[in-house]
Amino acid sequence: MGETGYLAAFIAVAAIATFATRVIPFLFFERHTEHPLVRHLGRYLPAAVMALLATVFLQRSADWSGAWVGFDALLPGTLVVIIHLWRRNALLSIVAGTLSYMAIQQAGL
Amino acid sequence: MNQSVFRLTLPILFGYLPLGMAFGVLFTTQLEYAWWAAPLMGILIYAGAGQILAVSLLAVNAGLLEVFVAMFVLNARHLFYGLSLLGQFRGAGWRKLYLIFGLTDETYSLLTSRPRGADRAYEQEVDFRITGFNQFYWVIGCAIGALLGDNVAFDSTGIEFALVALFIVLTLEQFKALGEGFPIWIGAAAAGVSMLLLPPAHQLIGAIALVTGVLLIEYRRARKQHLQEEGNHG
Repeated sequence: MGETGYLAAFIAVAAIATFATRVIPFLFFERHTEHPLVRHLGRYLPAAVMALLATVFLQRSADWSGAWVGFDALLPGTLVVIIHLWRRNALLSIVAGTLSYMAIQQAGL
Repeated sequence: MNQSVFRLTLPILFGYLPLGMAFGVLFTTQLEYAWWAAPLMGILIYAGAGQILAVSLLAVNAGLLEVFVAMFVLNARHLFYGLSLLGQFRGAGWRKLYLIFGLTDETYSLLTSRPRGADRAYEQEVDFRITGFNQFYWVIGCAIGALLGDNVAFDSTGIEFALVALFIVLTLEQFKALGEGFPIWIGAAAAGVSMLLLPPAHQLIGAIALVTGVLLIEYRRARKQHLQEEGNHG
């Protein structure tokens, strides 16, 4: 499979997976919206999945063996939390965290 | 109608344009593909966090099954958006398919919070245009960002942290909306356990299975307690 072929297949799969999450309730749950299990998962699953993703990718962007022992990512991550709790502006929090991480990586300390 | 739809969607324009640009810059600086693939993904996939995650999956040539699982799970929250819009979209005819396709976080929050009149068909037409306007902003942002990343030379080392920052922000937003911390701790703990026990390729899927399992156990426990309390009162 060539590079363009892979990209085309990738986009198709990603588009189908994304659309599936949006269309499934309309296909299968028309009669089950009040089921307590559906409401339980609807309430808690999104928060748990977001925390899971944040943890996994934060760990992966850190350098645990170098002089920073992980703080090259933990510091920018903490900055995102602080700025977001302070101003609650998603874009500001993301830009500030990313710029500080880039500065640390590019300084090559 | 378009003027009032534009006014309604203005906050989303300010959110989508820069976030779409961030995705576009990430796409062309991290990957070797043509710039126009970025807006194409905005047209066909149309998911903010999903597309940014897609860049890191493309960078490692991830297998298509992994791509499917990762994208499905990341967007799994959308499963629950639809549940609360089943009634609102009923009878929207051919527009319904696009209303469902375009159900992003921001569109959902706008469609569920805006004031609605009694004329059902009219309101569904407004919903339809809101969805279209929002996707238009997103695609334009993707295109501008991709062109910028291709044509402006700068050291982009570390820019992929935008994904981590986005997930942290979304976690905080979930926490604020919920007012309860325990799902956050369950998610973080499941990620920790899975990263200790599994090789990187299986960590996401493992953690997701773990989280779902814990939430099911928690559901059974809460149900039992609830039934017992009812028994006591009755």
